[in-house]
Amino acid sequence: MSNIDLIFRLCGVAVIVSPTVLFAVIALPSLLSWKLSEKQISRCCEMAVLVGLFSSLLMLLLMLVTGKRYVPIEMGNWVILPGEHFHFQFKFVYDRLSVPFLILTYVLVGTTGAFANRYLHRERGYNRFFLIYAMFLLGMVVATLAGTIETLFFGWELVGLSSALLIAYFHERQAPVSNGYRVWTIYRFADASFLAASVALHHFHGAGVFSALMGEGAWPYGVSTLTPHQALVIGVLLLIAAAGKSALIPFSGWLPRAMEGPTPSSAIFYGALSVHLGTYLLLRVSPIFEQSIVLRVAVISLGILTALFATLASSVQSDVKTGLAFSSLTQVGIITAEIGFGFNYLALIHICGHACLRAIQLLTAPSLLRDYHSMENAIGDHLTSHNHHNTGFLPLSVRLRLYRFSFERGYFDSLLDEYLVKPFLYVFQTCDKFERRWTDYLTNDMSRESDSVPAVSLGSEDPS
Amino acid sequence: MSQLHLPWLEISILLPIMGAIWAFYGQSKQSPHCQRHSLYFSGATLLSTCAAWRDFISLHTFEAHDSWDLFALFLRKDVFVIDELSAPLIPLAALLYFLTQLATQSTKVRRFSFFWSFVSEAILIMTFSCKSPMILVSLLTLGVLPMIFELTSRGKPIRVYCLHMGLYVILLLSGQMIIEIFGMTGTIPTFGVLLLTSAVLIRDGIIPLHCWMTDLFEHGSFGSSLLFVTPMVGAYGTMRLIFPIAPAWILESIAIVSLITAFYAAGMSLVQREARRFFTYLFLSNSSLVLIGVEIATPIGLTGALCVWLSVSLSLMGFGLTLRAVEARTGRLSLDEYHGLYERMPHMAGFFLLTGMASIGFPGTIGFIGAELLVDGAGQISMGLEVLIILATALNGLAVLHAYFRVFTGKHLTSTIDIRSRPAERAAVLVLSILILGAGLYPHPGISSRYHAALELLSQRENLFPLAPFEDEPPETREQQHHDVSDAHH
Repeated sequence: MSNIDLIFRLCGVAVIVSPTVLFAVIALPSLLSWKLSEKQISRCCEMAVLVGLFSSLLMLLLMLVTGKRYVPIEMGNWVILPGEHFHFQFKFVYDRLSVPFLILTYVLVGTTGAFANRYLHRERGYNRFFLIYAMFLLGMVVATLAGTIETLFFGWELVGLSSALLIAYFHERQAPVSNGYRVWTIYRFADASFLAASVALHHFHGAGVFSALMGEGAWPYGVSTLTPHQALVIGVLLLIAAAGKSALIPFSGWLPRAMEGPTPSSAIFYGALSVHLGTYLLLRVSPIFEQSIVLRVAVISLGILTALFATLASSVQSDVKTGLAFSSLTQVGIITAEIGFGFNYLALIHICGHACLRAIQLLTAPSLLRDYHSMENAIGDHLTSHNHHNTGFLPLSVRLRLYRFSFERGYFDSLLDEYLVKPFLYVFQTCDKFERRWTDYLTNDMSRESDSVPAVSLGSEDPS
Repeated sequence: MSQLHLPWLEISILLPIMGAIWAFYGQSKQSPHCQRHSLYFSGATLLSTCAAWRDFISLHTFEAHDSWDLFALFLRKDVFVIDELSAPLIPLAALLYFLTQLATQSTKVRRFSFFWSFVSEAILIMTFSCKSPMILVSLLTLGVLPMIFELTSRGKPIRVYCLHMGLYVILLLSGQMIIEIFGMTGTIPTFGVLLLTSAVLIRDGIIPLHCWMTDLFEHGSFGSSLLFVTPMVGAYGTMRLIFPIAPAWILESIAIVSLITAFYAAGMSLVQREARRFFTYLFLSNSSLVLIGVEIATPIGLTGALCVWLSVSLSLMGFGLTLRAVEARTGRLSLDEYHGLYERMPHMAGFFLLTGMASIGFPGTIGFIGAELLVDGAGQISMGLEVLIILATALNGLAVLHAYFRVFTGKHLTSTIDIRSRPAERAAVLVLSILILGAGLYPHPGISSRYHAALELLSQRENLFPLAPFEDEPPETREQQHHDVSDAHH
């Protein structure tokens, strides 16, 4: 191995090891009932982010200097069953797509970490926040650099769980918890679709490496080796997974709910990074869109429809974080359409720019009124507001319907509840009733002690 | 057959028997030393089983029996053997009993029967050490008795349990008798296999004959019920009694009913309004996934099933112990309301989430690769099978987080009672957590061992009755399976 390869490898490994160590350093003491101080945690976070960021910048520099545009770092086989051609490989890829997104991740996570350190000072859940923060960072880094679909799934799951727990961060209230659970529900089905795509890839190709999806060429010049039919099956499953993660319609209902979390998590996870993870996945597998025109049309349509819907919804929201959430979604929809059209570099630049803008907007959202007042004091007059959505040419009834549609966020949540969740629960509740009758019959008495379990079993709720 | 260096299996069986005798005669339950002394016996049993496993690994063989085997002297055959399938299961069983006793709260010692716990531990270790079909059937029959005595002694209704277990025992004994009698003619009677299959399906809690399990958790003590179901004796019975001799269509039928159970139980876990019932359905769903893999009968699918078996046992035992620790402080937990216990017991909340996530094969935990293998194996058979497994797992994930949020979040408690977890409880769940994470982060040795076990089992399926045709199976089915296994060996 030459010196330059060694440096590549060291940098590549450092990028992944630093968030892993951070997660272990915060998680293990919690597991062993040791409590780290705020100062220790913030130092660890700073160190991990700086090491990761500088290693990724060095990697970028080396790639530019040496002209290498594709640097795979193989960590060996986690599991290998040679007789079955089954191997679970940890392979990380540094290329034109992953390196900018990686640097963006470290910059935004680092900024938000510094912000949260003060924002959550002396909060009861400070340790918990940074534990989940470390999990999120690890998930993002692994998902960004993943060279195999299984590795991507590994990171994808970590991001999903950490997102749900962060939304439910203020867990002594019921609204954040139920919203966190809602998001987790959408994510689980997105994950299921992702896993199905992974297995389908194994089924068609015998391996889960991305080279099967995008050929041997470096991103974005790979040519997929899948047939149009295979590309359509895998592509649709991945599109559903991406739609769940990036809140594309009909899953867009979770995005405003995600704003229940503390401001730093809203900024980093839903405004900036997490919401772009689905589009990142689409970018990563973009060569398969060349194989199927149906798939391409589906991606473009989903992107445009999401953008149109989010534009309408954002214009009628009454609170700043929800308004920002739908504005984000408009851009995510446009990015998705760009990917469908094949403008991969444009989409990547769009993701980076949009993520930075939203992170700043969401971080400054709590002081928005104060900023407005400062500006008004400075200019000595009220700020003027402009109505950008001129719908005056439409009949009143159409405008009212559009308003209701936008205000109710497209009724997507209600539709999912009415036609999916309720029938599902009804079927199983009916089965539960039948089971009760059956065991009552067998026992010849009331068979369930659990019926007498009181709803509230301990203590009283703090009125505060 | 190879010999272990010491009679570890006999020691492992003898120690819990001694513990039972001690618990029956030696100590009063009111004694403060009662729990500590029990731990000596169960700890010694755990060490002995671990030694048996270590000794077996050092022999580099597929199966071994005790040196100075007393049973062999009387019965003229090796009754208790350890092989690649049972080697990790025996210490796992001992570990589950040790940790349950360790995590039993001092206030619950009077309700937890140490005597029956030791008796059932001895029976379980004997069951996992036994390959001889007739003796195994007898042990499986004996295994259901301790719960009857415990339920009776607590004055709880036993009809649901007894009806199901009675049917199980009748089917088990009659099925094995038919196979023993008609098997001598050289033909394996399909009817006998069918009876055996029905029996183990009842023991596994396959729908619609699963109500005994929910009823057991309703009326039994949580600890004893956990110990009765988490080692998955039914799956062991399937592997030993049915897998080697069953025709392919029976295995496929088991896979289908297991899949239905996995999906049904996952859905039912989402609508439960009480924590124990929720746990039962979660367990049922996960244990059914194990059976699906067993019946896929391909090296990958079987390896996945054997891995998921261990992961489900460990993770759901940890999950159950955490729930039991919470219940010991609050009484039975309703899932209709939020309880907000996080601030009062943050460690238990963490363990609850960790073990729950491990049970659904979350990345970095013991079940992750096993679940991947299982899904991959199912994909080799049918894409529909694979999609349903994925959906069942997704529903289980929803159920776990739903329970977590209901139990630990949603309100801020102002109770003045100290309900923090005891060091012993934390230690018990910590040990399980270390195993769950350790095997998840360094999975290769475990997977490799399960893969060898799977290959040997598949090979045995071919070799045990090479000339015995099934009554109604086309010969090409077996030929195809034979080629699959041979390819894997090569």
